[in-house]
Amino acid sequence: MEQTTNAKLILEDGSIFKGRSFGFEGSKAGEVVFNTAMTGYPESLTDPSYKGQLLVLTYPLVGNYGVPGSETENEMLKFFESEKVQVSALIISDYSFKYNHWNAEKSLSDWLIEHKVPGIYGIDTRALTKLIREKGCMLGKIIVNDEDCEYYDPNINNLVADVSIKEKQVYGNGKHKILLIDCGVKNNIIRYFLSKDATVIRVPWDYDFHKEKYDGLFISNGPGNPEMCDTTITNLQKALNQDTPIFGICLGHQLLALASGAKTYKLKYGHRSHNQPVLLNGTKKGYITSQNHGFAVDDDTLPEQWESFFTNLNDDTNEGIKHKSKPFFTVQFHPEASSGPTDTDFLFDEFISKLDERQ
Amino acid sequence: MPRVWSELKLKEMENKIQKVLVLGSGALKIGEAGEFDYSGSQALKALKEEGVETVLINPNIATVQTSEKIADKIYFLPVTPYFVEKVIKKEKPEGVLLSFGGQTALNCGIELFKQDVFKNNNVKVLGTPIQSIMDTENRESFVNKLDEIDVVSARSMAVNSTEKALEAVKELGFPVIIRAAYTLGGQGSGFCNNEEELTEMSEKAFAYSNQILVEESLKGWKEIEYEVVRDAYDNCITVCNMENFDPLGIHTGESIVVAPSQTLTNAEYHKLRQLSIKIIRHIGIVGECNVQYALDPNSEDYRIIEVNARLSRSSALASKATGYPLAFVAAKLALGFALPDIKNAVTKTTSAFFEPSLDYIVCKIPRWDLGKFLGVSKEIGSSMKSVGEVMAIGRSFEEAIQKGLRMIGQAMHGFVGNKELESGDIKKGLSQPTDMRIFVIATAMLQGWTVEEIFDLTKIDRWFLEKLSNIVSINSKIESYNSLIDFPIPLLKKAKQTGFSDFQLARSIFKEAFIGTDEQIQEIRSFRKSNNIIPAVKQIDTLAAEYPAQTNYLYLTYNGDTNDIEYENDGRSVIVLGSGAYRIGSSVEFDWCSVNALETVKEQNYRSVMINYNPETVSTDYDICDRLYFDELSYERTLDIIELESPKGVIVSVGGQTPNNLAIRLHNQKVPILGTSPESIDRAENRYKFSQMLDNLVVDQPEWKELSSISDVFEFTDNVGFPVMVRPSYVLSGAAMNVVSNKEELEHFLKMAANVSKKYPVVVSKFMENTKEIEMDAVAKNGKLIAYAISEHIEFAGVHSGDATMMFPPQKVYVETVRRIKRITNHIANELKISGPFNIQYLAKDNDIKVIECNLRASRSFPFVSKILKTNFIDIATKIMLDVPVEKPDKSLFDLEYIGVKAPQFSFSRLAKADPILGVDMSSTGEVGCIGEDYYEAILKSMLSVGYNIPKKNILLSTGPARSKIELLNSSKLLKERNYNLFATKGSSQFLAENGIKSTVLYWPDSKEQPNTLDYIKNQKIDLVINIPKNLSQDELYNDYHIRRAAVDHNIPLITNARLASAFIIAFCKYSMDDITIKSWDEYKMD
Repeated sequence: MEQTTNAKLILEDGSIFKGRSFGFEGSKAGEVVFNTAMTGYPESLTDPSYKGQLLVLTYPLVGNYGVPGSETENEMLKFFESEKVQVSALIISDYSFKYNHWNAEKSLSDWLIEHKVPGIYGIDTRALTKLIREKGCMLGKIIVNDEDCEYYDPNINNLVADVSIKEKQVYGNGKHKILLIDCGVKNNIIRYFLSKDATVIRVPWDYDFHKEKYDGLFISNGPGNPEMCDTTITNLQKALNQDTPIFGICLGHQLLALASGAKTYKLKYGHRSHNQPVLLNGTKKGYITSQNHGFAVDDDTLPEQWESFFTNLNDDTNEGIKHKSKPFFTVQFHPEASSGPTDTDFLFDEFISKLDERQ
Repeated sequence: MPRVWSELKLKEMENKIQKVLVLGSGALKIGEAGEFDYSGSQALKALKEEGVETVLINPNIATVQTSEKIADKIYFLPVTPYFVEKVIKKEKPEGVLLSFGGQTALNCGIELFKQDVFKNNNVKVLGTPIQSIMDTENRESFVNKLDEIDVVSARSMAVNSTEKALEAVKELGFPVIIRAAYTLGGQGSGFCNNEEELTEMSEKAFAYSNQILVEESLKGWKEIEYEVVRDAYDNCITVCNMENFDPLGIHTGESIVVAPSQTLTNAEYHKLRQLSIKIIRHIGIVGECNVQYALDPNSEDYRIIEVNARLSRSSALASKATGYPLAFVAAKLALGFALPDIKNAVTKTTSAFFEPSLDYIVCKIPRWDLGKFLGVSKEIGSSMKSVGEVMAIGRSFEEAIQKGLRMIGQAMHGFVGNKELESGDIKKGLSQPTDMRIFVIATAMLQGWTVEEIFDLTKIDRWFLEKLSNIVSINSKIESYNSLIDFPIPLLKKAKQTGFSDFQLARSIFKEAFIGTDEQIQEIRSFRKSNNIIPAVKQIDTLAAEYPAQTNYLYLTYNGDTNDIEYENDGRSVIVLGSGAYRIGSSVEFDWCSVNALETVKEQNYRSVMINYNPETVSTDYDICDRLYFDELSYERTLDIIELESPKGVIVSVGGQTPNNLAIRLHNQKVPILGTSPESIDRAENRYKFSQMLDNLVVDQPEWKELSSISDVFEFTDNVGFPVMVRPSYVLSGAAMNVVSNKEELEHFLKMAANVSKKYPVVVSKFMENTKEIEMDAVAKNGKLIAYAISEHIEFAGVHSGDATMMFPPQKVYVETVRRIKRITNHIANELKISGPFNIQYLAKDNDIKVIECNLRASRSFPFVSKILKTNFIDIATKIMLDVPVEKPDKSLFDLEYIGVKAPQFSFSRLAKADPILGVDMSSTGEVGCIGEDYYEAILKSMLSVGYNIPKKNILLSTGPARSKIELLNSSKLLKERNYNLFATKGSSQFLAENGIKSTVLYWPDSKEQPNTLDYIKNQKIDLVINIPKNLSQDELYNDYHIRRAAVDHNIPLITNARLASAFIIAFCKYSMDDITIKSWDEYKMD
C-alpha cells in the first residue's frame, strides 16, 4: 500500500468525491469531462483539445504501462501529441503504482509531477460519469491538502490562443504543400501528412495565410468553443471563395462550418471515446472513430452549397460536412486517431488525392 | 473513399430464407463445452425474431437450446455428416448455420460441403462462406492468405509424416510446437524440445489428422485475442480484446485471461485491432471471428497464431465480458443484415455498430478437475484440459482475480488465505506450469520470492505479478492485527477493494483462533457494515455510462460508492442460485434447470433474479431474467445481494450442489429459502441423520461406518466382508475414493490416500456387486409425490451415476421393484416434507432395494427425464416452491411408446496419460440423450452421438473377469455371425475358443511375442476395443492400462464395461445405419 495524500474533487453542484492524490500535489480547477477510452493515456493527456479540462477516465485501471520517453522525430515528440500534458488534472479509479512496459521510461505519476498536473485516484468514476451525463459538463476542482481554489470556466477564454503555435514552422519537404492552421494540432496529424509526401506549413490560429503559397488548407483540432476563434473564421471565409482543397478535423470542422454560415452548439456532455460509430451518409458504411469534442455543428443550419457528410449512429449528431461542388470537407471525429482506432485514416489519402487532382 | 454501396440486393435475397438448419456441438467435452449451448441458443433466438423456421440437430439433451420454444424442430441425433444429410433430405431447409456448434459443427459442415450435400439439396451456407472457413482451417492456405496481405504468422511448416517433421525442424530449430490440423482446442498439439519428443508427439498428432504443423516456438510472448465482427457490407468492429495472464505456451483455454488487455499501449492495441480487421476482410468472414496473436513483450513485433472463423469459447467470454451479444448479432448478419441496422441490445437506443467500452476488468480462470483422473499429467500447456471456467468482474485487478479464484470452487478463498500447499519444488512449479500455478506463485511470494525472480521463471508480465504482490503485502498488513478492536478502517476498505473476502480477513486476523465458522465470518461482516464498508452494485452497459441504459446486468464491487440501480423492496424478487463453474459432475444440466426455474418465476409475475458467474451458460444471459448478478455464489456475496433485494425467497435446489450447500447457512441468517426446508436438506445431506432416518422408516441401505483408525476399518470389513468402498474425508494424494477387494489393497489405499485420524476419518461402506442402480427423479409438494421418473442404469453399480448409461423408462426392472421404489420414495418425501425437486439413488438386486443417496435438489438427469416424458419437472417444482397450485401430470412413464437413453461423453483423449477407466468417482465431461423406437435403437443413437462408430471389421476383446466373459459371450457370437474379425488377449481368446468362437490372439503390451495388441492399435488395425478390467483394484487396473490408453491415444473407440459393451454390440448387430429412424422430438408421441 502506497502512502498518499488525501484529495477530493468538488463539483459546482456541490458534489464531493473523496480520493487520494497522485502526480503533482496541488489544487486545480477546470471543466470536468469524461473519456471512455480503455487505452492511450499518454496520447490523450497531451491532446491540446483537453486544455483547461479535468479529465475523468472511465476505465478504472490507469498507469499500467507507464509513460514513454521524450525521443523526437521530425521535430516532434515521438510518443506524444504535443509538447506537454494539456489536461489540468486527471481523475481515475485505480492507479497502478507499478508499471511495466518495454517502452516506458517513467511512471504516470512522475510524469504528472514533471508537468505540475495533479491526479486523483480512488474515485467512483462511474458514479461521477453518470452525474456528468445527467447534468452536463460541470466545473470542478481538485483539492489536495485542503488548499482550496476558485472554480475556473475554460470556455470563457480563448484556449486556442493558448495552445496554438506562436510562430510559423515548416515540417518535411514533400511534394504537397499543406498549410496547417494550428488551433491545437495533434502531432499525429502532422505525422500523417508527412508520411504522404507533404510539406506541412504550420501557422498560428490567427495567422493571415493568404500570402502563403500552398496546395491544400488544413484546419486542426483544438480546445473550447469554436466561436472564440473569430479571426480564424474570418480568414477561412476568404479561403472558401477560392477552389484550393480544404480539410478540417474536429475544431477545424466546426470552424469551417461557422465560416460557411452554419451554426454550432454545445453538447450536453460531448463525445470523448474511441468507440463512436459514424455512418457515411447515404450508405450503410459505418466507421468506428476516436472523438474528443464538446461542441457540434447543427445539421439544420448548413447552407445550401453544403451537405452533411457523416452522422453519429448513437445520437444522430453531425460528424462531417462537405461542399457540394468544391473540394472542401471536414470531419468531427479524429481520423488521425492517436489514441484510438484508425479506421478513417483513408481521409488523409482522400485529401491528398484532391490535391493531386488539381496539380 | 469507401467502396460504393451496391449490395443491397444481397439482403433482399437472404431475407427470403424461411427455414434454417442449425448444427449444435453435441455432448460437452474438454475444448467444447457450454459456450456452444449459449451461442446456439442466441442464434436460434435471433432467427426466431426474424420469423425464420428453425431446425436444430444436437443430441445434447441437457442443453437449453434443445428445449421447447427455442427451435421449431429438434433432432436428438449425432452431429455427423451421415445424420445431418438425412435431416436435410427430410426437412429441406433453405439455409444452414455451421458456426454456432463449435468445431464439431464446423467439421461436419466442411465434410458435407466437400460431398456436395449442400449443393445437391439447395441448402445455402449462411454467414461466412465455407471456402473462407477452409482457408482458416488448413494451415498452408491460411498462411498463404495472410502472406497476400503482408500479415505475419508464426513460421510454420505443414508436414504429412514424422520424417518430414524432423526435416522441418532442421530449418526452424528447437523448440517447436506441433499442431494437428482440424482439431478441437489444440488436441494433438504440444511443445517439443528435441527429436525424441518431436517423434513421440507427431505420431500422436497423426492419429487425429493427416496433416501436422511444425512451428517456431514463441514461448514467453504475450498472447492477445480479438473478437471481430463483419457484415456482408464490409463493416467491421472489434468487440473485445483479451490478454492472457499466462504467456504463449499455455492454451488460451488453460490460461487466466483478462479483458480488456492491461499491458498494451494504444499503439499495440490498435495495431493488432487494425490487423484483425484487415484479416477478417481478406478472408471474407460474415459474422464473428476470433483472431489470436503472439505479441513480443519487448517490441511491437507480432505473429498471428490462429483465426477461428466461428463462434468460440473466447467469443462467449467476450459476450459476457462486454454485454455485446456476439452470437445473436452474428446470426442476424448471416441473414444479411448490416451492423448499423441492428440496435445495441443493452441500451436499446444506440447502434450495435460500435465497440463496447468497459469500465471494469474481467478475469477468466479455468477450472480443472485433474484430481479425478488416475495417472493424468497435471502439467498444462498447448492443449486443453480444463473442464470449465469462471468469469469475475471487478474494478481492480486484485478484486477480480481474488473473486475468480474463489469462484473456481476448489476450496480456495482467493490468492492468499488458503490452506498451505504442499510446498514442493517452487522453482519447478513456476517454470513447468500445472493447474496449481497461480497458487505456487502465491506460495513463492509468501516465502519472499521477488517479482523479478518469479518473472524469470514464468514470463508472466510483471504488471500482473506486481498486482499479485500487492495482495500479499496487504495481507501481511492485515496479519499484523490480531483483533478487530484496533483494526484500521482504511486498511479494511483497501482489503475489500483488493478482493479480500470476510473469510480471508477472519483467517488473517483471528489466525489459529479461526475455525471457519459462520459466526466468525459474521463478526467481520458486522464490523465492516457498522463502518459502512459495503459493496456497490454496478451495471454492465457496454458504453461505460456514456449513454443511459436500463440494463439488468450487474456485479458488485468495493471500488465504488453508489449503486447504479434503485431497489423496489416490494418482496417480489425471487433469487435463483446458479451452478457456478462447469466441472465434472455439474454442468449444463443445472443451467437448464436454472433457466427453467427463472422462466417459471417470471411467468408467475415475480421478479426473476439470477446469481451465477459462469460465462459459458445461458443463465448468465441478461435477457433470461429480470436481474442478473454476475457474481460469486459465496455465502458472503449471496447475503450481500439478498440484503439488497429483500426477496420473497431464494431457490437453492436447481443449481446443483454449490447452492444446495448454502441452504442451511443462509437459513441460519433468516433468509427465506423456498421449497423444502433447509433442515430437511441437512437431514438428507448429513450421513448420520439420513441413516438414522432410513432406519426409522425401515428402509434398507448398504452398511457403512465413519471410522477414525485403521484397526476400526479392519473390524468393519471383518463384519461386512469385501469389497468395500472407502471415502477419505481428507485426501493427500491419489484418488478420492476407491473400491477395495481385500485387506492388502485396503491397507495400501489407506496409506496412499490419507492419514486416518479423528480429525480425518474415513467412511467405509459395503460395496454391492452385480447390483442394478436405479434413479428416482421426482418432485413433491408438502411431502406428497407430484411427478416422478424412474430410470435404470445399464452398467451395474460401481460406475458413478454420472458415468453410467441410463435408460428411461426402465426396461429390465421388475414391476415389483418399481412399486417398492415408489413406495420408499413416498415415505422419504413425506418424512422430509419435501416441496420441490429431489433425486434418490437406489440399488436393486432381485426385489431387494437399498437407498444409497438422496439429494433434495434437482439432479443431473432432470432435463433428460423432463424431455423424454415431455413434462417439465423444474416448472412443476418451481411452482410448488412459489406456492402456486399444481396438478399432477397426467402422463406417466408407462405411456411412453419410445425409449430415451442418456450416454456419457468422456474426454480422455485430452488428458494425457489418464487411465480411461470408469469407477466410483465421476470422469465423464458431458452427456447426450437420444430417443429410439426401442432400447437398442436408442442405445445405438446415443453411442454414435458420443463418438462411437459401428465397427467396420476388427474388434479386440480383452474381457476381464469370468462374469464379464460370460456376459459378453452371446454378443461375441453375434459378432462372429456378422462376420466380424475377433482379436483377443490370451485368456479371453481361450475362453472364446472353449465356447466355440474363433479369435486371433494378440499378445499383451508387455509381451515380446507377435502379434502384439499395441501394434494392432497403433497401426489402426482395430475398429473397436473392448477392455474390461478384472476388478477395481489398482494393480489390475495398471495391467491393461496400456491397451486402454493406446486405444484413446489412437482415437479408437473403447468400452470398458461388459454390460454396456454387450448392449452396444447387440444394438449394432440388430440395426444398421440405414435402420435408424430420423425423427424429431415432437414426432415421438405418447400413447
